[in-house]
Amino acid sequence: MTLTSKTATELQALLQKGEVTAKEVTEATLQTIEQQEEKIHAFIHVAKEEATKRAEQLDQEDASTRGRLFGVPIGIKDNIVTKDMTTTCASKMLEEFVPVYNATVIDKLEAAGAVNIGKLNMDEFAMGSTTETSYFGNTLNPWNTDYVPGGSSGGSAAAVAAGEIPLSLGSDTGGSVRQPAAFCGIVGMKPTYGRISRFGLTAFASSLDQIGTLSRTVEDNALLLGVIAGEDDNDSSSSVKAVPDFTAALTGDIKGLKVAVPKPYLGEGVDAEIATAVREAITVLESLGAICEEVELPHIQYAPTTYYVISSSEAQSNLSRFDGLRYGYHTENAENLEQAYFRTRQEGFGDEVKKRIIFGTYAMSADHHEDLYVRAQKIRTLIAQDFDSVFEKYDVVIGPTAATTAFKLGETGGDQLVHYANDVLAVPANLTGRPALSVPCGFVNDLPVGMQIMGKHFDEETLYKVAHAYEQATDFHKRTPSIQEGK
Amino acid sequence: MTTFSNEDVKYFADFVRIGLSEEDKENFSAQIADLIESVSNLKDVDITGVKPMTHPVAMINVLREDEPKDILDREVMLASAEDQEDGLIKVPDIL
Repeated sequence: MTLTSKTATELQALLQKGEVTAKEVTEATLQTIEQQEEKIHAFIHVAKEEATKRAEQLDQEDASTRGRLFGVPIGIKDNIVTKDMTTTCASKMLEEFVPVYNATVIDKLEAAGAVNIGKLNMDEFAMGSTTETSYFGNTLNPWNTDYVPGGSSGGSAAAVAAGEIPLSLGSDTGGSVRQPAAFCGIVGMKPTYGRISRFGLTAFASSLDQIGTLSRTVEDNALLLGVIAGEDDNDSSSSVKAVPDFTAALTGDIKGLKVAVPKPYLGEGVDAEIATAVREAITVLESLGAICEEVELPHIQYAPTTYYVISSSEAQSNLSRFDGLRYGYHTENAENLEQAYFRTRQEGFGDEVKKRIIFGTYAMSADHHEDLYVRAQKIRTLIAQDFDSVFEKYDVVIGPTAATTAFKLGETGGDQLVHYANDVLAVPANLTGRPALSVPCGFVNDLPVGMQIMGKHFDEETLYKVAHAYEQATDFHKRTPSIQEGK
Repeated sequence: MTTFSNEDVKYFADFVRIGLSEEDKENFSAQIADLIESVSNLKDVDITGVKPMTHPVAMINVLREDEPKDILDREVMLASAEDQEDGLIKVPDIL
């Protein structure tokens, strides 16, 4: 077994005991990345020198004060700012942007002893479901390189699945951690809104965005979330709630747990083989003592369009900061200030970003604001109330993470509307601020399938408990993708 | 069928100061028309008496004391700007 095939928890055991050094782990990681990157292109920037220097420094530290992620390699989605390291959001607009401060999550990772290996590919400004809208070219799925890894955290998922790194951070505005986790056969968690500080996460849609965690096992995921969660003075929307030890929830005991399975989640629009895989997973949960029942969600079919209106409206406001003057790309072809704005954005933003900003502007305009934006916010209330009713009686809601397995490259052209059925499954967690996790639950045509477990606000522990119990009862997480096997 | 003309695209792009080629306008007009068509299903929902949800988790706003403090050096903050002079960001002519 090589160092890079180990989980973060396994690496920790070796590192803390001194059986391997942080430098050895980092070197093995960089070597694996060198072998795999030309096949999957998960990274935008591999921080070879910085990571090596950091590992050497860590090895000099007193063994008694080592943090919970001492020496563990991690990759960061390239929309989370890293001091003195480029943060591009996969856009020409920020191609050479070097932040002057760290996101709070980066400071927390550093305090815990993690080694930042580099910045991971994504859809431009997190807008897309395939990682095909990246200015730096798309990432490929490690299970089959004819397929996309999902998006927008496609690089974050592919790098973990390919064995390049054991942990990564992504961001999830409408499923952008969970869907690529499902497509790449790994664990992806979008915690409760406010559980993790968004300070330093480049905003796409502020009321929906949440940093999320990706890993090969549930235990690793719980470990990582415990490190980066918590209140932050720099983010007024971060929660003051205490952060529990999420790994303590991994008891394996789910007897009597009440599971709701929404009828639409296994109905029309969901591939029959995906539905079968999730039904079998539900049978496994029942065999472990869970009580599973079907429920209705009356407004769920409006979730994708509600999401699209709200996210585009918030995006058109958030992306106004990219003016080419204070930071980022700056056009050379402007004679006055007005031209500088127009041409910087024309040349700096990609098509998907422009389209969403223009649609968001339409939705927020005086003529359409009431009928689109305000209406969508009211329907968001109705969707939240549907889930509130379900969670009065049930501990978790379960369904597929995505309606299909990974798309073929170029199949959708990155068009969001093609992913409508997936959005019914993914976006309610963002609209309602609830935590949701994807765990591998099968394969269809050798491509991974994910099961989504959604929970009560700030009850990530139950999600980890269910996912861990399921993971231990199955062996999907033990299979490795073809890219690791050299096929 | 919903229509969204090239002129409509330009009208809304102008608000947010995004320059577009003729080809962009042509592409976006069809795509945004499709989007508007798809979100029209929101009109089917009875929203009488429903309050808009502006925040996903109920929160009480807490304000800190209004005390000025140094966050970053002026020079560090200006380092990312394309053009600067005497501690200020230089911009092209406004008039």
